[in-house]
Amino acid sequence: MTTTFLFALLPLIILALTAIVVMLAIAFWRRHRLIVALTLLGQLSALASIASAAHILVDRASPYATLQVTPLLFVDSFALLYTMALLIAGIMVTLFSNSYLERHVGISEEFYLLLLLAHLGATALVFSNHFASFFLALELMSVSLYAMIAYVRGNPLNIEAGIKYLVLSSVASAFLLFGMALVYADLGVMSFTGIAAHAAGGTLSGSLTLVGLGLIITGISFKLALVPFSFWIPDVYQGAPAPATAFMASVAKGAVIAVLLRFFLPLHIQHSPPLLVLFSILAIASMFIGNLLALRQQHVKRLLAYSSISNMGYLLVAFLASGVWAATAVTFFLFAYMITILLAFGVVAALSGAQRDADALDDYRGLAWRHPWLAAIFSIALLSLAGLPLTVGFIGKFLLLFAGAQSHLWLLVVLLVVNSAIGLFYYLRVVIALYQHPEESSTPITVPSFSAVDTVALAALTLVLLWLGLFPGFLIHLIQAVVGGV
Amino acid sequence: MLVCLMLLPIIGGVLAWLLSRWNRAAAHWVALLAMLLQFALALGLWIHFRAAMRLSTHGPWLLECRYPWIPQAGISFHLALDGMSLLLLLLTSLLGVWSVLASWQRLQARMGFFYFNLLWALAGISGVLLAVDLFLFYFCWEVMLIPLFFLIDIWGNEKRHEAAMKFFIFTQAGGLFLLIGILGLYFINGRGSFDYSILLGTHMPLLTSGWLLLCFFLGFAVKLPVVPLHTWLPDAHTQAPVDGSVDLAGLVLKVAAYGMIRFMIPLFPAAATYFAPVAMTLAVIGIIYGALLAFAQTDLKRLVAYTSISHVGFVLLGIFAWNGLALQGVLLIVIASGISAGALFVLIGALHDRIGTRDLERMGGLWPRLPGHGGVWLFFTMATLGLPGLGGFIGEFLVLQGTFHVSPLFASLATIGFILSVVYALRMVLRIFFGPPSRQDSLPALSGREWAVMASAILLTLWLGLYPQPVLDTAAGAVRQTLLPAPSSYSCSYSNSNASSHRVLSRSKSRMKEQEKMMKEGRP
Repeated sequence: MTTTFLFALLPLIILALTAIVVMLAIAFWRRHRLIVALTLLGQLSALASIASAAHILVDRASPYATLQVTPLLFVDSFALLYTMALLIAGIMVTLFSNSYLERHVGISEEFYLLLLLAHLGATALVFSNHFASFFLALELMSVSLYAMIAYVRGNPLNIEAGIKYLVLSSVASAFLLFGMALVYADLGVMSFTGIAAHAAGGTLSGSLTLVGLGLIITGISFKLALVPFSFWIPDVYQGAPAPATAFMASVAKGAVIAVLLRFFLPLHIQHSPPLLVLFSILAIASMFIGNLLALRQQHVKRLLAYSSISNMGYLLVAFLASGVWAATAVTFFLFAYMITILLAFGVVAALSGAQRDADALDDYRGLAWRHPWLAAIFSIALLSLAGLPLTVGFIGKFLLLFAGAQSHLWLLVVLLVVNSAIGLFYYLRVVIALYQHPEESSTPITVPSFSAVDTVALAALTLVLLWLGLFPGFLIHLIQAVVGGV
Repeated sequence: MLVCLMLLPIIGGVLAWLLSRWNRAAAHWVALLAMLLQFALALGLWIHFRAAMRLSTHGPWLLECRYPWIPQAGISFHLALDGMSLLLLLLTSLLGVWSVLASWQRLQARMGFFYFNLLWALAGISGVLLAVDLFLFYFCWEVMLIPLFFLIDIWGNEKRHEAAMKFFIFTQAGGLFLLIGILGLYFINGRGSFDYSILLGTHMPLLTSGWLLLCFFLGFAVKLPVVPLHTWLPDAHTQAPVDGSVDLAGLVLKVAAYGMIRFMIPLFPAAATYFAPVAMTLAVIGIIYGALLAFAQTDLKRLVAYTSISHVGFVLLGIFAWNGLALQGVLLIVIASGISAGALFVLIGALHDRIGTRDLERMGGLWPRLPGHGGVWLFFTMATLGLPGLGGFIGEFLVLQGTFHVSPLFASLATIGFILSVVYALRMVLRIFFGPPSRQDSLPALSGREWAVMASAILLTLWLGLYPQPVLDTAAGAVRQTLLPAPSSYSCSYSNSNASSHRVLSRSKSRMKEQEKMMKEGRP
């Protein structure tokens, strides 16, 4: 372990340190603002430290330089790019939590501690190159999430959501562990690179390995909420406080996708018919079931939950494609989805009062005439989820189709298109509700006054969303350069 | 220059929205000014290039501009102008001016956002007409939908939410198939570019090209609309505000025709010849079906919507006849019916303002109350039913003539549409203006602003009907260019399908020449 390694892992180390500092700070000064400031400071310095880590990689001359830090962790430009995205998303969640938790009477400081720990888990997941670090990081993230989901204890929905996630997530972890054990029993290696070497040698067709990989996929599908392992997601999304939901939808999803890419891309699943079929079924089922269940939804948070199921299904389409464009499209779509869903849940959080979250569709009726900017932002987010141009969601979906068509996955591509058309219906229903005339809306809602912090965060996200929707070239270029090494 | 054409409505829209918070009148004027400037710019381009277009001394494009956009995927911001797009651009900006004028007084609430949507829809349409990068084309194609959705959903009539949703889902689903088609073409071409000139003349097996053609056709046919896919149109028309209807009728339907002529058939010439009988059957069904349903409507806007379905049948027929005569005719129909349908929708809006209904059953005997209105109405009804001397006639005549060379059967079937159109159009006028009077009170006559719109529409319709040669000249170069087979530099490997496509095209080319000769002799 040299100083180079320490510098390379600086983002992780800073996040861990921040968690400790925040914990100690809470013990001495229970001040919300102070804790928020400390959390933000930690996240921002972690973000800045990515530059130093990147510097080390650049020094290694080759563009795809990698750094193996202990057998467990792996620092490369892919990990750094994802860390950057996760940190930015985490900062946004911190900003949203600030005004959300201020509105809720009660103890709010520990939420940031949990947030930091979950964030640390997510970031470690991105760096992991070994079953052990994979599992540890995933558990760190999940355990912190249980508490985050059930954080507002006065609300029975919160508790229910927390317990549901606890039980189902543990089951998923058990599947994952068992799958890892089977793979280890057959191949005798636990590092991702070792397994990839076996795959390259063509020894990945053993039945134990295949069953093991199947179980690992099951575990990951639970975390990503792919059909048929998705039944927890609407209840949890609805029950959890809006910032926690935003975290799950953006940071947690992003980290798991990063692991998915890191683990499965080198295995070349295109050449393994059982895995290909398995992923195709997951993709098709997620697209259809997610979209169909969302059609009649009257609750916005549940609707976004179902839409996330179908969006993960879309993402798998490009995941099954091969070549550099596959990873590029997955990564771009994921980033686009993270930006969009953060924006959507940011609006939900900003609208939520002290009693309950703004969830019913009725809460949103006629919003455009009371809060024109908030409604405009929310409709931009919805249009981006629907994949309409001028937004980043359009470019994301286009790249998915692009990657799918390049690998001639015509069935999946056509199904993606059909599902996009179905999806339009429920996104537009919300948009229509937003713009209903005041006389049409039955229940006038008292909208809490939202803070300047929220405004800044939402405005920044909106600008990024539109900017990347118009000029995605730079980000595509960056992603292409980075995923080439995976 | 070309970027300016697109930017004017975009900037105008944003300005109008921002200004409406301080000063309502300013928003009107900014919107009007933006559209007038666009119109003036297009007109200037037309005058500037008139000689060049007639002699067709230019290359494929009169004007071109190109910037890299997403170079990794071979996407560039590539705009180009030729006679065909110039004509439609003129129509777009003209109808833009009208729809701003038509909404001048009607609108009180949320006016800034209204103009924003209206102008952005027009910007999207301008983009569609100028784009020659297929990705950019698709981008603009989709962009124009969102503002139209808001126009219908926020400012529409009673059932606007359902209509807006139906409109959007239909057209978006069609659009996504178009996207699949574009992507398929891109990868089969394999040169890593979405540029029209590169994709043109891609060689592929007939079956593949058939599938891709079908994708393109679905995308355009929903918008046109071709008959089994038309059900969104009457609803959208009925529920849309007047200005939205003007744009829908005049422009949205027309850009689909433009897309077919510019992209679909040139990209897949071989498959198109095989597909032509199917498309022409659909076209004839559309002509007759639209006319019959128009006859049965009691809602005025629905009635006009069905007449546009009937007209669009002629457009489709002409496109798939694919010769110079028919294509010229298609462009004339597009322009003339854009003007006459637009004017009719403005009139319907004006009538609705005065008597508060669109229901034919509740009208009658209005001529003594609204003589000016009635006269103008009668004029545009005649234009719609294709009275010689007015705009629509020349176009329909050329299309029929062009079609007759390809298939006398379809041409003769389509003429039935002429008879039916007389029936529904006259019934409409009779019901509104003649018969037992429905009311005794006096109604306000057409205002100066309305007269300005109507007078320009009447003059244009007369001009198109009596002396369409300038328009035909403008389009001639572009049509000739479109009918040319793909550049030979790309046709290194010949398969059966290509050979047949070239045969077909060269046949149609020689036929075009003789038709052009005929056209010159036949017309003053």
